[in-house]
Amino acid sequence: MSRIHAQAAGRMQSIARNPIMIALFASLALAACAKKPMNSAGDLGLGANAATPGSTQDFTVNVGDRIFFDTDSTSIRADAQATLDRQAQWLAKYPNYAITVEGHADERGTREYNLALGARRAASTKEYLSSRGIPASKIKTISYGKEKPVAVCDDISCWSQNRRAVTVLGGAGM
Amino acid sequence: MLKRNPFRFLIALATMVTLMIAPAHARVEININKGNVEPLPIAVTDFLQGELGQKISDVVAADLKRSGLFAPIAKTAFIEKITNPDAAPRFEDWKVINAQALVTGRVTQEGDGRLKAEFRLWDSFAGQQMAGQQFFTQPENWRRVAHIIADAIYEQITGEKGYFDTRIVYVAESGPKTARKRQLAIMDQDGANARGITNSNDIVLTPRFSPNKQEITYMSFEGNEPRVYLLQLETGQREVVGNFPGMTFAPRFSPDGQRVIMSLQQDGNANIYTMDLRSRTTTRLTSTAAIDTSPSYSPDGGQIVFESDRGGRQQLYVMSASGGEQNRISFGDGSYSTPVWSPRGDLIAFTKQSGGKFSIGVMKPDGSGERILTTGFHNEGPTWAPNGRVLMFFRQNSGAGGPQLYSIDLTGYNEQLVQTKGFASDPAWSPLLE
Repeated sequence: MSRIHAQAAGRMQSIARNPIMIALFASLALAACAKKPMNSAGDLGLGANAATPGSTQDFTVNVGDRIFFDTDSTSIRADAQATLDRQAQWLAKYPNYAITVEGHADERGTREYNLALGARRAASTKEYLSSRGIPASKIKTISYGKEKPVAVCDDISCWSQNRRAVTVLGGAGM
Repeated sequence: MLKRNPFRFLIALATMVTLMIAPAHARVEININKGNVEPLPIAVTDFLQGELGQKISDVVAADLKRSGLFAPIAKTAFIEKITNPDAAPRFEDWKVINAQALVTGRVTQEGDGRLKAEFRLWDSFAGQQMAGQQFFTQPENWRRVAHIIADAIYEQITGEKGYFDTRIVYVAESGPKTARKRQLAIMDQDGANARGITNSNDIVLTPRFSPNKQEITYMSFEGNEPRVYLLQLETGQREVVGNFPGMTFAPRFSPDGQRVIMSLQQDGNANIYTMDLRSRTTTRLTSTAAIDTSPSYSPDGGQIVFESDRGGRQQLYVMSASGGEQNRISFGDGSYSTPVWSPRGDLIAFTKQSGGKFSIGVMKPDGSGERILTTGFHNEGPTWAPNGRVLMFFRQNSGAGGPQLYSIDLTGYNEQLVQTKGFASDPAWSPLLE
């Protein structure tokens, strides 16, 4: 178990919780009920220019903070790659940020499995960002399984919004 | 946290006295192995005296009715009014209304303030007493006495242990789906005496009872570090289980209560570990590039069933409690998850996903004899009553609502909503209380 302990020390939480980030996330969650992907500025009712460059808002609105997955899949789709490429460029430009990638699953699975599936999605997202030059040491991951849906409805369009990985900014530079 | 000990039931019991000799051959019996049993008509008369006696008899009748094995007869149909529960009833009066079994009883207050509850179970057609016992308890424990009496009746007639004097720990859910608050709660198996045992905004999931202590293991997202915890119900004391380098989840106790088995997530893979609660040593049991989770011990502690997606979809596997060779046991159409070994050892309950539906089913430990008990939009997470005859699980309907708890017996015919104040999920049945 010694190897495991060493890793644990290396993974100590490196981000502080930020109330502004949480508030913004909550507003995104509400926007999600409109059943549309919320990468675009329009969903927030904000002009793209409203965000200060380098701010959390800039990241969320102009870059896109989340990617989506196919059912039971953890592979990064082409559209998701484009989003993650933008994230990596932005994070390279503003290197003070550490990030947490939150993995999520839709409700069409059992609780324990979905916790692991969300973790797998967060891990593959981390791996991709890392391959685009973001140091793995600056990326924390967490899975919420199916416990934090952003969209509520009965159909596939809705479930597809909940199968996501969200990059949350934290740490220095906020 | 905990205000008082939920297990402080002290039915100052032990004083369980057989009132009269049971007869050699009672005719009233139920064979619960037969499947879709015709419920046995039974008359549960009001215990003497007064309101409390009536309330106790109502709880006894409700327990028996929910089991699906008994059909309590409406009190309005009774002919004889019981005035002396010690004397033999007029059996003819009970045969006329087809009450094959009859329960009479009395509650009295002892000089020291304790409650004394006595009951007798009669076989109307044989014209003899089948059982008679008395119990002493504190007045606030009157529901427990009623459950113990219902268990005694169930055991006398079916020949198997009852499950009414038990509790359920579960996740109480409130608020909208996108901002759901979850706390651990505990209640009697019939939904009474529910109360919260955690109260924070951290997500808490999958509580499981210790087989022999007033303790649960569960998962909490406290501090944004999802990990498995132990919680002492008596003191409210909590501790993290082990020092693992990632998310730990899906915990359960071993049957001797000495170990917690769980999954550890590392990158994209989850593997199964145990921690010995005395030595605090951890042991890794699986090592796959897959999601191995929801481990559950066989009641003798010798084997473990778990789910894994190593073959593509989630399927059930069995291995020795010490690890080693892992054999797939589920081969039906669809995926299988959340396996739980029956306390009797004869069956494994599971959640099955197939054709867009979620079902609760059982199969033998070798994978044969699969039977689906209930199916629908979303049924998940079975837990066994301690006698291995009834399952509880949670059901989520489509849309914005929340999950609720249901019980179902092994015939699949007797499905019952378990009343909770709000939404509820992840039920775990306690052992029979002592």
